[in-house]
Amino acid sequence: MGTRTPPPFEEFLAAQGDVVMRFLLVAVGPEHADDAYQETFLSALRGYARVRDDGRLDRWILRIASRTAIDHHRRRVRRPAPTAAIPERQVHDPEPADAALWSAVGALPTKQRIAVVLRHVLDRPYEEIADALACSVDAARANVSAGLKTLREQMR
Amino acid sequence: MTNDLRRLVSATEARSRARAANDVLRRAAEEAGRVDVALGTVDSPIGQLFVAVTPRGLVCVAFEGEDRESLVRRFASALSPRVLAAVRATDDVRRQLDEYFAGARPRFELRLDRRLMTPFARDVLDATAHVAFGHLATYGSVAARIGHPKAARAVGAALGSNPIPIVVPCHRVVGASGALTGYAGGLDRKAFLLRLEGDPVLDRDA
Repeated sequence: MGTRTPPPFEEFLAAQGDVVMRFLLVAVGPEHADDAYQETFLSALRGYARVRDDGRLDRWILRIASRTAIDHHRRRVRRPAPTAAIPERQVHDPEPADAALWSAVGALPTKQRIAVVLRHVLDRPYEEIADALACSVDAARANVSAGLKTLREQMR
Repeated sequence: MTNDLRRLVSATEARSRARAANDVLRRAAEEAGRVDVALGTVDSPIGQLFVAVTPRGLVCVAFEGEDRESLVRRFASALSPRVLAAVRATDDVRRQLDEYFAGARPRFELRLDRRLMTPFARDVLDATAHVAFGHLATYGSVAARIGHPKAARAVGAALGSNPIPIVVPCHRVVGASGALTGYAGGLDRKAFLLRLEGDPVLDRDA
């Protein structure tokens, strides 16, 4: 029982793709979500033949997506992209009412941003957020509330 | 605030973006060599065929109406769970099947992956591969060829489980009387394939 093979990857992709995309759209932003999505699933595919299906592959893929998002932000800090020169591949036109919230979310520290998305966009429990961020449940809780507090202040 | 966050990205937007991204992903996965079983379809006069290709070769051809979902699950457990819709991996199979149905390919030149066959079925199916386009063999003659002359019935069962029909030509094996007898894809399809090959008659000396 402990060594069930995971479902065919195509099936896994159909089941998890939407959630992962939704997560990444907010966690790294619409202009980088597609790249992060590729990175997430290609990385998942690498180890997929050896993965054990414990019934929580949804958690596993969000852990990979979170790691991808953290790496993404780390790279951008080290090597800021020459934004003006490169046209965005996928145009994202937020509602004017949402533009302020988008920029407030974009200004959050990475871990807070991920924690807030997992908690309040995807409704994940704190235990899972802790798992995704490789931190304690208390730290996960603290990241969510600090992120939310900042957002509330920005949006006032 | 939390409602505003939820509204930032609608489920519909996420779904349509994921769908477009999945096409890019399948291509990248194939290029990176991370697909162990590539799935494709081929339209044919006997219905849409479902084909699966691994790095070792063609591993499965299934007829329209077969349960594809359970086949794919079988691939995942018997071969590898790294199963994805193909971008290019099935092109050669599709081309050769198209040519076969157009009457322009008497012989397939494809590498085969025999992992879905039992060792006995492997022997049986290897023996049928020697039956050329436009020829027939009987269950008994195949049994004799693999050195089990009394095993005609077991040969029939092995042919019935052929995971790579058409390309491994189990449709060219008939009963001793020349009757079509049986076919996993249905007798109509067996008759169609033999008609396509010029309605061969049983050579009783073969």
